[in-house]
Amino acid sequence: MKAGIVVFPGINRERDMAIALHASTGRAPAMLWHKDADLTGLDLVVIPGGFSYGDYLRCGAMAAQSPAMAAIRAHVARGGYLLGVCNGFQILTEAGLLPGALLRNAGLRFLSMDCHLRVERADTAFTNRYRAGEVFRAPMAHGDGNYFADDATLDRLEGENLVALRYATAEGAVTPDANFNGAARNIAGILSPSLRVMGLMPHPEDLVDPLMGGTDGKPLFDALAALEVA
Amino acid sequence: MKAEVTIMLKAGVLDPQGKAIGQALHGLGFAGVGEVRQGKIIQLELAETDPAKAKAAAEDMARKLLANTVIESFKVEIKP
Repeated sequence: MKAGIVVFPGINRERDMAIALHASTGRAPAMLWHKDADLTGLDLVVIPGGFSYGDYLRCGAMAAQSPAMAAIRAHVARGGYLLGVCNGFQILTEAGLLPGALLRNAGLRFLSMDCHLRVERADTAFTNRYRAGEVFRAPMAHGDGNYFADDATLDRLEGENLVALRYATAEGAVTPDANFNGAARNIAGILSPSLRVMGLMPHPEDLVDPLMGGTDGKPLFDALAALEVA
Repeated sequence: MKAEVTIMLKAGVLDPQGKAIGQALHGLGFAGVGEVRQGKIIQLELAETDPAKAKAAAEDMARKLLANTVIESFKVEIKP
């Protein structure tokens, strides 16, 4: 499995992502500066977290309109996989590759803390090393993670089973108290209809080694390590 | 020709910043303040001299970049 990480100016979580991918795949992912992002031959492209272009205008807005997005769209069109984490998720929604938008956290605070995620479907290339209904811990670090979409879009996401992860209690209950940023229907991560694009706000890459305090996020990268683009 | 693009969160989209501003006004003793919504204004200097064309261009810019129409609405005003 060949992975590449696209780095925009202001992205700052690319090294954590590289460590997680390297640990699961056994090879270092390509680090691709957005200006010369050649994605040929890659199975997986990752847009990591950070503050691309200083979050100017809206989180992810500038990166979503940058020339590198054309190559990323082409990668998806030819059957490649795409993962956006945190700012990466914001970029994917701004680019229209995933529906909805990420609003300012309902409580206005930047949230730097752990949350629990319930796996809503475990039959995807991203989540198949978890069990459906399984709960895992993930750190989050964002000011704008409040997932929003209109009711019709939310109904479609749920109807087509495209919600990958929801904020939940450690026991797996999807409650308002577990939904720190106020996300619509506790949505933490969603999938494209092709199931080849996933975006999520929390950071599974931050828990992939006992030295980090846990390995809750490792199954995501182990699953990705096994994928191959047909 | 100048265009002024006003961008607001759509009705029904939670505006926690507006809410916080409203609470601060209330805390300062300003009575009778209802809902507060906040947004942004972007001023553009355009080479175009035809007002209708300038407006159409600014609206195109708003749709493509300046506003995220999933969550925001916009209004373009042309100023001499």
